[in-house]
Amino acid sequence: MIYYIIRRLLYAVPILLGINVLTFVLFFVVNSPNDMARMQLGLKHVTPQAIQNWKQQHGYDKPLLWNEKAKGGDKLTETIFYRKTVGLFLFRFGVSDSGRNIGADIRQRMWPSLALALPTLAVGLLVNIGFALLMVLFRGSYLEFGGLVLCVILMSISSLFYIIGGQFAIGKLMKLVPISGYDEGFGAFKFLILPVVIGVVSGIGSGVRWYRTLFLEEVGKDYVRTARAKGLTETQALFRHVLPNAMIPILTGVVVVLPLLFMGSLIMESFFGIPGLGSYTIDAINSQDFAMVRAMVFLGSILYVLGLLLTDVSYTLVDPRVRLS
Amino acid sequence: MSSLLSSKFRPAGVLPFVLFCLAVALIPAGCTGALWNDPYPPEDDKQAVLYQSFAERPKHLDPAVAYSENEYAFIAQIYEPPLQYHYLKRPYQLVPLTVTRLPEITYYDRQGQKLAPDANPQGIAYSDYLLEIKPGIRFQPHPAFAQDQGGQYRYHQLDSGKIDSLSTLSDFAETGTRELTADDYVYQIKRLAYPKTQSPIAEIMKGYIVGFDEFARQSADKPRTALRTLPMSGVEVLGRYRYKIRIKGKYPQFSYWLAMPFFAPMPWEADAFYGQPGLDDKNVTLDWYPVGSGPYYLAENNPNRRMLLLKNPNFHPESYPVEGEPGDAEKGLLKDAGKPLPFIDKVVFTLEKETIPSWSKFLQGYYDASGIASDSFDQAVQFTGGGITLTDSLKEKGIRLQTSVETSIFYMGFNMLDATVGGDSEMSRKLRQAIAIAVDYEEFIAIFRNERGVPAQGAIPPGIFGNESGEAGVNRYVYDWNNGKPQRKSIEAARRLIAEAGYPNGIDPKTKAPLILYFDTVATNADDKPLMNWYRKQFQKLGIQLVIRATDYNRFQQKMSSGNAQIFTWGWNADYPDPENFFSLLYGPNGKVKQSGENAGNYRNPEFDHLFEQMRNMENGRLRLEIIRQMQEIIRRDAPWVFGFHPKTFSLYHGWTSNLKPNLMANNRTKYIRIDPVQRAELRKQWNRPVLWPLAIGGAVLILLLMPAVSAYRRRTHRPVSDALKIQTEATR
Repeated sequence: MIYYIIRRLLYAVPILLGINVLTFVLFFVVNSPNDMARMQLGLKHVTPQAIQNWKQQHGYDKPLLWNEKAKGGDKLTETIFYRKTVGLFLFRFGVSDSGRNIGADIRQRMWPSLALALPTLAVGLLVNIGFALLMVLFRGSYLEFGGLVLCVILMSISSLFYIIGGQFAIGKLMKLVPISGYDEGFGAFKFLILPVVIGVVSGIGSGVRWYRTLFLEEVGKDYVRTARAKGLTETQALFRHVLPNAMIPILTGVVVVLPLLFMGSLIMESFFGIPGLGSYTIDAINSQDFAMVRAMVFLGSILYVLGLLLTDVSYTLVDPRVRLS
Repeated sequence: MSSLLSSKFRPAGVLPFVLFCLAVALIPAGCTGALWNDPYPPEDDKQAVLYQSFAERPKHLDPAVAYSENEYAFIAQIYEPPLQYHYLKRPYQLVPLTVTRLPEITYYDRQGQKLAPDANPQGIAYSDYLLEIKPGIRFQPHPAFAQDQGGQYRYHQLDSGKIDSLSTLSDFAETGTRELTADDYVYQIKRLAYPKTQSPIAEIMKGYIVGFDEFARQSADKPRTALRTLPMSGVEVLGRYRYKIRIKGKYPQFSYWLAMPFFAPMPWEADAFYGQPGLDDKNVTLDWYPVGSGPYYLAENNPNRRMLLLKNPNFHPESYPVEGEPGDAEKGLLKDAGKPLPFIDKVVFTLEKETIPSWSKFLQGYYDASGIASDSFDQAVQFTGGGITLTDSLKEKGIRLQTSVETSIFYMGFNMLDATVGGDSEMSRKLRQAIAIAVDYEEFIAIFRNERGVPAQGAIPPGIFGNESGEAGVNRYVYDWNNGKPQRKSIEAARRLIAEAGYPNGIDPKTKAPLILYFDTVATNADDKPLMNWYRKQFQKLGIQLVIRATDYNRFQQKMSSGNAQIFTWGWNADYPDPENFFSLLYGPNGKVKQSGENAGNYRNPEFDHLFEQMRNMENGRLRLEIIRQMQEIIRRDAPWVFGFHPKTFSLYHGWTSNLKPNLMANNRTKYIRIDPVQRAELRKQWNRPVLWPLAIGGAVLILLLMPAVSAYRRRTHRPVSDALKIQTEATR
C-alpha cells in the first residue's frame, strides 16, 4: 500500500502543475498586471508611473510564460509564472498582492472553518444516517412516505433561507444565541450552535434521501434475507449487516470532503461572521489578487487529491476484498 | 453495539440535539445572569466600550499607503497628523492637532526674496510651511521602543529563533515609548517619497514638495533604513519640535493635506523593528500594526473577525471643543466642553459582511450605531408630510437618526473626445444639455436611493466653499426657479434643444433612424437591470436609443483610459473641503486619455482652465466666489457632466450615545463620542430576554408526531420473521 500511496502522490505532481497552468492562464486572460495594479492602488490618483512601480515591486513586470528577451533557462525562469508558482510546490504561499503573508492567513483562518465544518459534517452524518435507517425500517409505511415528502420539502428550500430564517427565529425572536460572531477557544461554542444546527437541518433532505437509497439497495440483498431468516430483528439486521455493507459509498462521499473542510463555507461564514477561509478565495478574486487566488486553488487541489487518496485507503479498511497495489 | 445505536436513534430528531446544545451552551450564561445572545464578554457590559461593525476588511494600515474610508476608520484614531478639522464648526475649519498653531506660511520669489502674504501667486516660486509641534507628546507603548538597561533597543536585532516563536505583536513582553519630535514628521514625508512604500499620493506630491522627486530617485535602490539619513531638500528639521516643508509655487490646499494621515509622524524605530526578516511571514508589519500617538492604539488586529482599539495610556492632553456653531449648545453638543478626551476606553470593531445580522444586532443593542441598508430601510424610516422620520418601533427604543449630505458627487459624464456627444460645438453642447434635462435625477434618487440624495446643481457639493443654495445656486440650463425651489425643465425644452442639436425627435439625419448612444458601465449583474432600463427610458424621452455596454471593471477602466467610452457614470469623494478638489476633475491638463489624470470626461475649455488656475491659489473670499460662479456657469453651459446627485447619509444611533455630529471631513471622530454604559446594559437586558415558549411548543408537537412512529417501531421490531419476510417481499415488488 505504501508504494500505491507514493505512486498516487507522484501522479499528483503533473495534475497540480496542470492546475497551476490553467489557473494562471485563466486569471491572466481576464486580468492584466495593469488591472491588478490599478485595483491594488485604489481609485484615486493612479498614474502610469505608479502602476509601473507597483508591477516592478510585485514582480509583475516580467512576461507571463516565456521571456523572449532572456537567455537560456532564464527564458522560462524570468517569467511571472515561474516566479509565482515554484514556491507553491514547497508550500511557500508567499505574500498577497496587498502585502499579507498568505501562509499565516491560511493558518489563522482554517481553524474557525474547521470548527464549523467538522461538527456540521459529523452531526449531519449521524442525523442523516439515523433518519435514513428509520425510513428504511418503516419502508412501505405512511411514515416513510411522510419522511420522503418532508425530505423533498427540505431539499427545495434555499440554504440562504435556512440561514436567514434561523437567525431570525432563534437569534432575533427567541434570543437564544448570538446572531453572528466568533470567539477563540470554548468561547466559540455559543457562536457555532446556530450555524451547525442550520448546516445540519439544511442538509437533511438530500442527505437522508441519498443514504436511504444506499440502504434500500443493501436491504434487498440475499444476505439480509438470510440474516432475518436466522431470527435477527429488523433493527439488528439493519445495524449489523446493512449499515457496514453500505459503508463504501458512504465513505466515498465523506472521506473525500474531509480535507476540504479546511476550506470553509462561503455563505455560512459570511452570514455568521466566522473568520474562516470560506470567503478568502472570493475576496481574492474580487480584489484580483493573483497571489491569493493561485495559493487557494493550489491548496484546494492538493486537499482534493488527498481526499481521493484517503478514500481509496479507507476502502481497504471497510472492505477486506479491496487491496491497493 | 446495535442496541446502543438503536437507543440513540430511537428519539432521533433535530430538536433534542438542538435542546442539548442550547443547554450545554447556555446554562453557564444563565448561571451568571449574562444574556444568552450577548456576543461580548459580560465583564465589558458596564465599561465605556464603543461597539461598531465594519463590512470590508482594510487593506492597509500604514498611513503612507492607506487611502480609503474603511482604512481611515482605524488609523485616524491612531495616527495624528499636524492638523485636524474642528469637530463642531461649519464650514469645515482646520485647527492644530499636534502643532502649537496653524502652519506659518511664507512665500518666496525665484531669487529667494521673501514676499508679502498677499503677493501675486504668479510671482511666488516657493512657499515655506513652518510647523512647530507641541512638546511632551508621546507615542503609544510599542516593542519597537523597548530598550534594555544599556539603552540598546531590545527588539531591533531579533534572531530567527525568537521570530519563529512569535505569532503576534502582543507576544513581545516589553514595550517602550518616546517623545514625538519633528524628525518623525520629516521621516514620514521621506517614506511617502520612497518608491517601495507605494504611496498613492507620491505622484501628486512630486508636483508640490521641493526635492520629493529627487529623493524618490536617490532612495529607489536603498534599504528602508537609509531613509533617515538621506536628506530631502524641501523638508528640513529646524529643531526638536520644528520643521519646514517647502512647496513649489503657491498651493493653499496643502494645509488640508496636513490634516490627512499621510502626514502623520512615523518613528524610525518602527521601520527598524518591522523591517527585520521573518516578521512579515507572521504578518507582523507596519502595514498591520500601527505605531501612533493618537487617542487609541490597535490592541488586536484580526481583520477577518475583530479589530480592537484601546485608549492610549500615553495620549497627550486634548480637550473637547469649547465652541461650536449656533445651535450646538441647544443640541447638547457642548455639554462636555473642555473635558479631556477621549471618553471611550475601548472600541470594538466586528466584521459583519452581511447587512441582515448587523442590523439585527444593532436593534438588540449590540452595536451602538448603524447605517441603513436598503433591505431594512422600511423598518427604519418613514416618509411623512414633515419629511423623514424614524418608525415608531425605533423611536420606542430611543434610537436617533442623523442625516448629512456627503461631500461627494455622482455624475453622468460624456467623453468629450467622442465625435457625437463630445466636442465644443454648439450642436454637441445642446445635445448634452438636452440629455441633462431628460435624465431625471430626482426620480433616480426616489427610486434607487430611497430619497437618500440631493440633486446636484453643479460640481461642488454642499458644505464646500462655492456651493450656493437657493436661487443663486441653480443650474439654469436644467432647472427653473419656481415657487422658491428648483424645478426641472420640461421634456419639451429638452426636445427643442435636441432638435436644435440636429436630431429632431432624436432622429439621426445621417441614418434617418433614432440616434444611438452608448452607455459604458460595470453594471453586469441581473440586479442592475432595472437601473439600466431606467437609463434607457430617460434617453427614450428624447427619442434616443441608448445601448448599454456593460463590461467588467478592468475593461471599463481600459475604455476610459483609451477614450473609447461614450457616456459613463463616475463619482468623486472630497479629499479636502475645497472647490479646487472638484474643479480639478474638469481641468483640461488633468485629462484621463492624454495625461492619465482624474478628468474622466477629458473636458477642456481654455476659459475654464484659466479661471481654475486663478481660483486654485486664492484664499476663500468674495473674489474667489465670483470666479467659482463663472466656472460653474461655464460647465453648466458646456454640460460635460450631467450633475447627478450628492449622496445623503442616514445614520442611526442608540440613545446612550452622545456628542454626535456629522463631520464628513474629520475621520478622528471617535475621541469625541460618549457612551452611557449603564443605560446600555439595562436596555440590553430588557430587549434580550430569551423567549423559551416556542421551544416548549415545538418539543411537544414533535413528541406528538413521534408517538405513532415509536409505536409502529415497537410493533415492527417485535414482528415474527414471517411477517418481516412478507414486508421484504412487498418492498422488493
